[in-house]
Amino acid sequence: MTTATTRRPRPRQARTAWWKTATGLVLTAVMLFPVYWMLNVSLTRDQDMRKSPPDLFPVHGTLEGYRKVLDEQLPYLGTSLVIGLGTVVLTVALAAPAGYALAHLRPRGGGVIGFLFLVAQMIPGIIMAMGFYAFYLSLGLLQSVPGLIVADSTLAVPFAVLIFTAFMSGIPEELLQAARTDGAGPLRTFWSIVLPMSRNAVVTVSLFAFLWSWSDFVFASTLANGGAHEPITLGIYHYIGNNNQEWNAIMATAVVASLPATVILVLAQRYVAAGVTAGAVKD
Amino acid sequence: MNHTTQLPDRRSARAGTGVATAAPPPAPARARRRPTSQQWAAWAFLAPVTLYLVLFYAYPLYRNIDLSLRHYTVRSFVQGDAPFTGLKNYETVFDDPTFAPALVHTVVFTAVCLVFQYVIGLALAVFFNQHFRLSATLRALFLVPWLLPLIVSASTWSWMLNSDSGIVNAALNAVGIGPVNWLTSPSWSLTSVIIANIWIGVPFNLVVLHSGLQSIPHSLYEAAALDGAGAWRRFWNITFPLLRPVSAITLLLGLVYTLKVFDIIWIMTKGGPADSSTTFATWSYRLGFGNLLPSFGPGAAVGNLLVVAALVFGLVYLRVQRKQYAS
Repeated sequence: MTTATTRRPRPRQARTAWWKTATGLVLTAVMLFPVYWMLNVSLTRDQDMRKSPPDLFPVHGTLEGYRKVLDEQLPYLGTSLVIGLGTVVLTVALAAPAGYALAHLRPRGGGVIGFLFLVAQMIPGIIMAMGFYAFYLSLGLLQSVPGLIVADSTLAVPFAVLIFTAFMSGIPEELLQAARTDGAGPLRTFWSIVLPMSRNAVVTVSLFAFLWSWSDFVFASTLANGGAHEPITLGIYHYIGNNNQEWNAIMATAVVASLPATVILVLAQRYVAAGVTAGAVKD
Repeated sequence: MNHTTQLPDRRSARAGTGVATAAPPPAPARARRRPTSQQWAAWAFLAPVTLYLVLFYAYPLYRNIDLSLRHYTVRSFVQGDAPFTGLKNYETVFDDPTFAPALVHTVVFTAVCLVFQYVIGLALAVFFNQHFRLSATLRALFLVPWLLPLIVSASTWSWMLNSDSGIVNAALNAVGIGPVNWLTSPSWSLTSVIIANIWIGVPFNLVVLHSGLQSIPHSLYEAAALDGAGAWRRFWNITFPLLRPVSAITLLLGLVYTLKVFDIIWIMTKGGPADSSTTFATWSYRLGFGNLLPSFGPGAAVGNLLVVAALVFGLVYLRVQRKQYAS
């Protein structure tokens, strides 16, 4: 009898928690339905594509769409990979020194630079694209890979400066003071102490810079359209425009184009978490 | 614990696509004078990024203003000798029959998206703020729509909303509602792009608001519960008022984002049919790049109107944020 009274609250608690988990699962399923649908359509046979109602599961699954990706989309994927990596290198190279200066060297007027970056982020991408178009036309950089790398980096550099400044502010001043006492100049301090200690910030910035440049459509469609090297976003866009019927191939390309986002969701969680813990130690 | 710490940072992370959310940690404002050699070093480290700022933000912006004040043809665009015409492009734009619909669509699109993204995001944030198994994992999964390339989301929604073979019409048909021409009928196209954009924006609101919820002391809820306040009253009397600063930031940032949404609309409907989903962003693009005969001047003029709007709200955002940072 006593056991019954003490035991009673527990199952009820467990039941409400179970109920909440179930609700959470349903909500997540609803939210992610379009993602599932993309996968499902990518595996659907051509002859089932126009079926009404559509098959909810890829019962007659085919990899036809993915074969088309391998046949037709590899150059686009390669271009996107190169542009993504280029954007990462450029972004880190520009932003890491700036973060160091803003966090530790207290430049006069540094606040203005920080403010300008915040404002720069608010300019709509389409405006930047039009300005870049006019600019690149006179420089002959249209439809070129370096041109697209520079344009894509404008998506990530302000964020990167912010992250590096925040992260590097967490490196104790005493440590840098000690290096200075040992005769290390600012360049050496930056290269041998600050940069290695900011590894997590570098990883975080790199992942997001890569993702944003990989996902970019505005710059790609204005600056690279029709060129010899087009990124994957244009690959999908041309697909939609040209052969409206092969939706399994379009969706298979979309699935492949989503892979970096998936990888980042798995990997970045760890690195971003590490970055926050490092920041928390400072407080 | 692992999961509770990572999300606030992810917020600042993604926000970088448009605007930084987190208060920028300024260089410690200690007024101590630094030796000039350090000033030189500091500016040497800042030089590349400053040059970059001038070349790749200021100059394109300047070119854009210049474009909007001249009469360009393809030839004069290449040769660079277009005559200066003052505000003529702006007049053209204001007199254009597309102007009024584009304005209305931009306002409706932005307002409806903001309201739904905020309400859904807040409801989900409150829900996921409870402790239950898988809570953190599911919350992380909610980020997927936000991380996907926009062309992926837009093309997936296009096919889901396809009139004949889309899953949405199939589901509506199952409950006895006739097919809706989501993307091809002028009365539905704006709704369609709004639905897709809400789907993309909900995770951002969820993450920012969730991190805001975590800073509300738990003891307040316990005290209110002891006083007999139900869940609904606890929400309206504690959660909502205390979340107001975070809500303001979320909505203002959302505003700046949503004003410039281009990809989704362009990929799904190209602003059509018959301008029924045209906003300033897609109109500007169509003028500049969408036709065989580009009209760069008016395109840039429309774009500059958009810049002004974005900057006004952006500066309001910075003010609000600074005020909160100071208090």
